[in-house]
Amino acid sequence: MALLEVKDLDVGFDTPEGEVHAVNHLEFSLEAGDTLALVGESGSGKTQTVMGILGLLAENGHASGQALFKGKDLLQMNSLELNQHRGSEIAMIFQDPMTSLNPYLRIEKQMIEVVMHHGGLKKAEARTKAVELLRAVRIADPERIIRQYPHELSGGMRQKVMVAMGLLSEPELLIADEPTAALDVTVKAQITHLMSELRKKSNAAIILISHDLGIVAGLCDRVLVMYAGEAVECGSVDQIYYEPKHPYTQGLLNSVPRLDRPDDTEMVAIPGNPPNLLSLPGGCKFRDRCPKAFDACTQSPPMQVGQDLHAYRCFLGVPT
Amino acid sequence: MKDRVMRVQDLAVHFKLREGGLLSSKTFTLKAVEGVSFDLDAGETLGIVGESGCGKSTLARALLALIKPSRGRVLWLGEDLNKLDEEALRKKRQDMQIVFQDPLAALNPRMTVRDIIAEPLWTFFPKIARVQVDERVRGAMKMVGLLPNQVNRYPHEFSGGQCQRIGIARALVLNPKLIVCDEPVSALDVSIQAQIIKLLKDLQKKLNLSLVFIAHDLSVVKHISDRVMVMYLGRSMELSQRDALYRKPLHPYTSALIKAVPVPDPRLARAATDTGLTGDMPSPLNPPPGCVFHGRCPFLIKRCQLEVPALRRMESGDWVACHRAEELDLTIAKSG
Repeated sequence: MALLEVKDLDVGFDTPEGEVHAVNHLEFSLEAGDTLALVGESGSGKTQTVMGILGLLAENGHASGQALFKGKDLLQMNSLELNQHRGSEIAMIFQDPMTSLNPYLRIEKQMIEVVMHHGGLKKAEARTKAVELLRAVRIADPERIIRQYPHELSGGMRQKVMVAMGLLSEPELLIADEPTAALDVTVKAQITHLMSELRKKSNAAIILISHDLGIVAGLCDRVLVMYAGEAVECGSVDQIYYEPKHPYTQGLLNSVPRLDRPDDTEMVAIPGNPPNLLSLPGGCKFRDRCPKAFDACTQSPPMQVGQDLHAYRCFLGVPT
Repeated sequence: MKDRVMRVQDLAVHFKLREGGLLSSKTFTLKAVEGVSFDLDAGETLGIVGESGCGKSTLARALLALIKPSRGRVLWLGEDLNKLDEEALRKKRQDMQIVFQDPLAALNPRMTVRDIIAEPLWTFFPKIARVQVDERVRGAMKMVGLLPNQVNRYPHEFSGGQCQRIGIARALVLNPKLIVCDEPVSALDVSIQAQIIKLLKDLQKKLNLSLVFIAHDLSVVKHISDRVMVMYLGRSMELSQRDALYRKPLHPYTSALIKAVPVPDPRLARAATDTGLTGDMPSPLNPPPGCVFHGRCPFLIKRCQLEVPALRRMESGDWVACHRAEELDLTIAKSG
């Protein structure tokens, strides 16, 4: 049985302007030890996918479909039932470390709250464990840092605290939403290195949400590319990077500024802007920006599964 | 020989801060920018790179005389900006514009695109005719790839990339000679970043603009810069020709910054080792003695802890502030 199996997930929001379809018919599954990346531009539905699964949508949001965690459907649970899994078996590292840490509480208090609640640990035990983890994420002098308030730490340190908090309950599934987005490159490299080390040790499954294709390449086994709320391509990290099938995936890869290529390599932008989710075009949603669009693209392309489960939503490459 | 538009000599910006409570009289100095020098030619792009808190934005503001330097000079076409009286400085400001990091926050949400782009015109030419304003606004919008029918819309109706185009149009409308871009693409999606960088490059060629392009990561500036300056704790650590800097950086910090950029290639990424750079940047309030980078440098020797390395010129003509620059070979391995 898969650790997490998401079937036909839809996430929508009621707004004064109408219904916004943030996620449409999304399917994926994850085994223990897997790392899956959700990639795509802002507004492609990456964050709302996991918010939907974890029951963390805004008031006007609703999710339908199935999200089976060890066989039990998270979407059918009330918040009390969800809380038995959230924060213990499933942990989440949120995007912005400044707004997701409580400014009024010392790091210590925020870290041990979770393990005391779920793990039934005594305060002293929980504290020892928290200090150990801060050391594991290479925070110098963790005994002092744990007594400080979030504003006394640098952005990089706050993010490291978030990572340590995510790992504290020894989750089976760790969801990290842009864990490195706001950080300097050197700190980014440290955090990525750390996550891959910790993953080897604990065999937790990881869902990494990121628009940084460099980080994804180093950390993940499989990649799901999203565009306007839909999966447009899914495959192993090697399939996605070396044999991308969907023009959007190809565009994303070509637009990354590369230091490992000859100096005159040009970056190629994807023309246009992501579509408005309130009025999505019919047919292939990417066709307005697609350099390879042709007549058939006015119809919705089906998800095709090619070799070795490499799937993509595009008419190109359809066997005729 | 190219025309030099700007010369910066030993520029320093220090902030006086009060230690302890409000009533405390003990002050100390934060050296946000310390001893930065460079020249900028017409049509040239200088990339400035460094991690947060290294003083890049303070430097940008000092270049435009928005902050008074504590020491040193900024010469614009031979004139010291800080010696000009207010009226003369105001005139010079037409030549020098800035584009900010967060495109939506830099635009007034209650103004239409027309009013946003026209505002600099009204400021500098209060008596300008309406037709002329419309014409120049239309011209600027066309240059940045905005459509004429978008002129009456408000910023919130645009995506991040389009908002940045509006910001660039506002900078262009006065026909400046220099645009300082303070992290103009950091807040944008990768797919859109490339659009904006290409736009700036094209505009530069067409208008012979000089650009100062500030970023926190070396990958973004590579495609637009002629020369790159790397800053750390307010100091310039290296100032080199673009290709030389990416092939064989002179300063260990530059090399660490290059290696820290994640490579979007799974095989290379899996084989990649740590950058060797540990720890955080020290507090600018309490910079370490000697070389400010010595606490994180893998090539540390005794001298680095004692003596501040001067920014000096190498045989290649590139500049570096490192005692060991001659003996270190920091060549970056390339693939493909």
